[in-house]
Amino acid sequence: MAAIRVIPCLDVKEGKVVKGVHFENLVEAGDPVEHAAFYSGEKADELVFLDISATIEGRKTMIDAVKKVSEVVFIPLTVGGGITGLQDIENLLKAGADKISINTSAVRNPGVIKEGAAKFGSQCIVVAIDGKRTAGGWEVYTESGKNPTGIDVTEWARRVEGLGAGEILLTSIDMDGTQKGYDIEMTKAVADNVRVPVIASGGAGTLEHMSQVILEGKASAVLLASLLHFRKYTVKQIKEYLKEQGVSVRI
Amino acid sequence: MTGIINYGAGNIYSVFTAVKTCGGEPFVIEKATDLKKGSMIVLPGVGAFADGIKSLSESGIIEPLIREIEKGKPFLGICLGLQLLFSYSEEGNCRGFDLIKGDVKKFSFGNRDFRIPHMGWNKLKIIDRKNWLFDDIPDNEYFYFAHSYYPEPEDCSVILGKTLYGIEFVSAIKKQNLVGVQFHPEKSGDCGIRFLKNFMGGKWLR
Repeated sequence: MAAIRVIPCLDVKEGKVVKGVHFENLVEAGDPVEHAAFYSGEKADELVFLDISATIEGRKTMIDAVKKVSEVVFIPLTVGGGITGLQDIENLLKAGADKISINTSAVRNPGVIKEGAAKFGSQCIVVAIDGKRTAGGWEVYTESGKNPTGIDVTEWARRVEGLGAGEILLTSIDMDGTQKGYDIEMTKAVADNVRVPVIASGGAGTLEHMSQVILEGKASAVLLASLLHFRKYTVKQIKEYLKEQGVSVRI
Repeated sequence: MTGIINYGAGNIYSVFTAVKTCGGEPFVIEKATDLKKGSMIVLPGVGAFADGIKSLSESGIIEPLIREIEKGKPFLGICLGLQLLFSYSEEGNCRGFDLIKGDVKKFSFGNRDFRIPHMGWNKLKIIDRKNWLFDDIPDNEYFYFAHSYYPEPEDCSVILGKTLYGIEFVSAIKKQNLVGVQFHPEKSGDCGIRFLKNFMGGKWLR
């Protein structure tokens, strides 16, 4: 059995980590390399960098950041945010990213999933889906949760799998930031409809939430941001708890 | 000098920096004439089998590479780079280098407990414990995997390690100067770096 993964997610703006861990004795608190090394040392299984840069210059610094991180941290690195085409993907992979995550642009142009998977392999194409509960299911939102698309989440998940996505990063817009727990039902609905691994995101507040989304929601990985960054839990604590619950983890 | 073969798709940068971290001098092999410059050769790999064969054969690397391997140059195939060594792959119904007799097969499971691709960290059960490639690497240590196909060699004596994922599949092989791993040492943290160092150290050749 592959170990269930615990994946810290870092927001990077203009090449600097924002909302990151508050390190002590660190010259530059926003340095992506320091953060990556810290989490890698904690035995995080992978890292996700989300580029929230607003400028073209910012995107260029992201490429540099990826390059530097991949020189010191030897765990898989996923980069998401603002990726629209094959050239963006290639630039990031060449800089040392192992996977890229696409969201809005995948909905706008699903062909990018197919072309990306054909050119670089399914294992490096993660499709991020932001879902919001509706009367009868869940709806896909784009533009960081601002834009409803009318597309059903489980149908979209099946479609992106068919197009070659190697993983689905599923975020509940309803639960994100609440710390009240994952949307277990949505996670399970997607996991039951695809064969690729599903990474659960949005809503984790306790250790129990994490074991729930894995054991009941069938998630293969949990993506965590503020819980880790603000040191509510360490990666080690999370993994030790999951292990007690019978979840296979890499410790 | 460790030559890393570039055949279009795939991230060779991670392998490049990992080799450097191990104290090696990596360089990129783009064409057949670059092969001779390397004292050892790494064939990294992500992507599809048939595409890999196609782009390697377009750059005219396959035959010279096989000759280098047959002459005894240390060779490491990673993931797709391992699978390409085999006779045949179910992926795209395609023939490989045929340096290792056997087939590459697709995972097929009756339930969704085992997701495809096999993506993430899993244990390497070391079969050939005394091999120098595993110097300072404990048994059942975690390595990083990302694949939907697995190799099945005909000759069991090439098997160095196995991994359990629904079935027990062969995740590391060695045949003389040729080593292949299904996991990604360049992405497997300290143990992965240790494995690469062991490979580059060359003690396993003796």
